[in-house]
Amino acid sequence: MERIPILKMGEYLLVTIQVDMHDRLAMTLQDDLTAKIVAARARGVLIDISALEIVDSFIGRMLADIAGMSRVLDAETVVVGMRPAVAITLVELGLSLTGVRTALNVERGMELLRRRIAGRNEDDAGSA
Amino acid sequence: MPVLLSEEHQIRQPEDVVLVRQAVRQKAVELGFNLVDQTKLVTAASELARNTLQYGGGGTLRLESLVDGLRRGLRLTFADEGPGIADIEQAMRDGFSTAGGLGLGLSGARRLSNEFHIDSRPGEGTRISITRWR
Repeated sequence: MERIPILKMGEYLLVTIQVDMHDRLAMTLQDDLTAKIVAARARGVLIDISALEIVDSFIGRMLADIAGMSRVLDAETVVVGMRPAVAITLVELGLSLTGVRTALNVERGMELLRRRIAGRNEDDAGSA
Repeated sequence: MPVLLSEEHQIRQPEDVVLVRQAVRQKAVELGFNLVDQTKLVTAASELARNTLQYGGGGTLRLESLVDGLRRGLRLTFADEGPGIADIEQAMRDGFSTAGGLGLGLSGARRLSNEFHIDSRPGEGTRISITRWR
């Protein structure tokens, strides 16, 4: 079965969506990613959508669901690389991607993940 | 209004929604739409194709290139013979969904188009057409 690869790098998972996903493939990614967060004890998930030519309400909901599920599993999600035309269309469509953190590119996304995970580690140390 | 060219696509399974997106993109490029307008057309088509599949039990998309004086346009007509929509006004509202979606399909597609027409009768099916002018 067709699948989108999930790469593990230290405590991070990296996903680059490079194909025009049909809805079932998007659902499979969501399932695979949540399973992998637990299996790999990941603290951060970075999803690169720079190859995506559109984000419609289904893909938007998938991104929001992944962010929500990973949060519950104690991992942070950042979506990076949204094309300007996609951003314009998304807002006009009426999607605000509530709860989804975004960054301009992979580099900034990784930086954001590192900062947020470091911040949470400090909180944990402070409350202990 | 003169229709220059017309073609039809079947929407029977989830993979067809992807093919519809590709066909609309190709047509929009051919007609010279800019990247933002292409993206709006493809996104609207994706929403409506999914609706056709989920609510209408499958159907067809007709793509038409339009000419109106100096203007060029692309009209997309989605038709199904499904259960139809009982309350169109309610279905057009943001956040209304019967299939657990976000309820942005119809209202979102309308916002992404210049013209929007919907014709639906319970038990007979639904026909939605959107047009974007260049």
